[in-house]
Amino acid sequence: MKHLIGTNEASPDVASKLLINTDLARKILVSFIRDAVTKAGFSKAVIGLSGGIDSALSAFLAVEALGAENVLGVRMPYRSSSEDSLTDAQRVIDQLGIPSLTIPITAMVEPLFEQFPDMSGMRKGNVMARQRMIVLYDQSSAWNGLVIGTSNKTEALLGYTTLYGDSAAALQPIEDLYKTQVRQLARALNLPQSILDKPPSADLWIGQTDEGELGYTYEEVDKVLYLLVEGRYTVEEAAAQGFDYHFVAGVWRRVRMNHYKRTMPNVAKLSRRSIGHDFLYLRDWAG
Amino acid sequence: MNVTVGLAQLQPKIGDVTANLKMHLEYIAQAKSHGVDLLLFPELSLTGYNLQDLVYEVATQPTADDPAFRDLLQASADTHMDLMVGFVDTDLRARYYIAAAYLSEGQVVHVHHKVYLPTYTLFDEGRYFAWGDSVQAFDSRFGRLGMLICEDFWHASPPYLLWLDRADILLFHSASPGRGLDASDRLSSARWVQLVNQAYGSLFTNYVIHCNRVGFEDGLNFWGGSTIVDPDGEITVSGPLHEPALIVQTIDLNQLRRSRTRLPLLRDERTGLLSRELQRILGGIPAWPTSGSR
Repeated sequence: MKHLIGTNEASPDVASKLLINTDLARKILVSFIRDAVTKAGFSKAVIGLSGGIDSALSAFLAVEALGAENVLGVRMPYRSSSEDSLTDAQRVIDQLGIPSLTIPITAMVEPLFEQFPDMSGMRKGNVMARQRMIVLYDQSSAWNGLVIGTSNKTEALLGYTTLYGDSAAALQPIEDLYKTQVRQLARALNLPQSILDKPPSADLWIGQTDEGELGYTYEEVDKVLYLLVEGRYTVEEAAAQGFDYHFVAGVWRRVRMNHYKRTMPNVAKLSRRSIGHDFLYLRDWAG
Repeated sequence: MNVTVGLAQLQPKIGDVTANLKMHLEYIAQAKSHGVDLLLFPELSLTGYNLQDLVYEVATQPTADDPAFRDLLQASADTHMDLMVGFVDTDLRARYYIAAAYLSEGQVVHVHHKVYLPTYTLFDEGRYFAWGDSVQAFDSRFGRLGMLICEDFWHASPPYLLWLDRADILLFHSASPGRGLDASDRLSSARWVQLVNQAYGSLFTNYVIHCNRVGFEDGLNFWGGSTIVDPDGEITVSGPLHEPALIVQTIDLNQLRRSRTRLPLLRDERTGLLSRELQRILGGIPAWPTSGSR
């Protein structure tokens, strides 16, 4: 039986360590986006708007960095996407005053579903995420703008993403912010209230919520991740801060098991200088 | 004596010495119009910081045979402004150093090779560079100076050595990446460095001048926040965080005398005691007996 672990009274210290100066974060991230886009030779960006808080926040930051006329918002509903998702994405488009497109993916993915009638919900979810990536990258070409990623640190660590799907992007402005920090910054930037209030969801099937799927709240897991990652606590040390040992061990195991989503595929080394080993240049080397 | 100090808090372009040289000359011209006598640039200002395999392409020697140094040496002579610039030095035997050069009146007066190379977490300097072998003060028309590069002053020993080598003004430059976002108005790496600079100013009753860069390399930001700390340990000017700027301030070298009269830490420093105890601790002469008869 699944139950949400959200009731432990963990050390209040960790929660306060997750507080961020939102003015400083905003300043650095806006500069980052502007720098990353312009040094690659672009002035525009494309962003998939799911109606969720991560893509909304990324859009707000992108607009501040590049100007509203330079950020294309793309809504890509599937027939079972909730109406709220579409409405919330539209709220972002309206509040920011950005150009937008609505490109339903239903007719793109259903033919594949029909070829495999016993395709599971998980497979369908991944197909949809990757189809959205295809649409966004094609719009990136048409619009001549870079794809802005919307990953956050919590989902990236837990692997709550689709490889080559929602995690595909040219830059990731908020991937070093935990979910609870994304919320802080989103509040400070005055995102639409409906987006700030609703439970996070990948919206890949009806009723899906992140926290329902994960089995714990973002509040709790962010504290544990902070101890394990920033703090470099061992599982035992983190649990001693007031968390259930198996919860902590489970989180760390999940981080480890999903590391393949955060790294390039292994290149078998044969030569004396190999990609992925000792051919070392910044991504910026490309310009 | 008054010295007008300039801190060129700029953002170099990775691997592009030509573009960076142009930027240096622009800052020099602007500093000259503000009456600057001594202008500091950040660590690796001519090349950018996270070079990786580009190190070998941008390495040079600080002489008039190098096009960038030719122009910078000329500028130092034309403007009568002393310059501290960052570059990759090579001994032509395939050893590369993160280096700082002090230029004055068309001459390279001193070169410092970075002696501490951070090779941990996001840093990988030890992979590409050789460790510098000396920490030495040098003479200038402003008195005796010492130069250190970033990690060099994250250790107490190099600044201490320069102080003992009679440097009254410490010139630090860095390409310090910003990390540690919390509730404070500045990143924790900025707080740490500013605290440490104030500590050196306080403990040595020295001027401590620090120039840090800004901009991004890949996803790494550089936090700026350049400072001048006076011999009382007070920050007298602080550059903006995360923004390019030319910071200009005039310092009064007579403050050294006034502060040291009130607080004679330099006078009272027991270098003989230091030497004996270091020899004991690091292996050598046995300890003097501290009690009982010999």
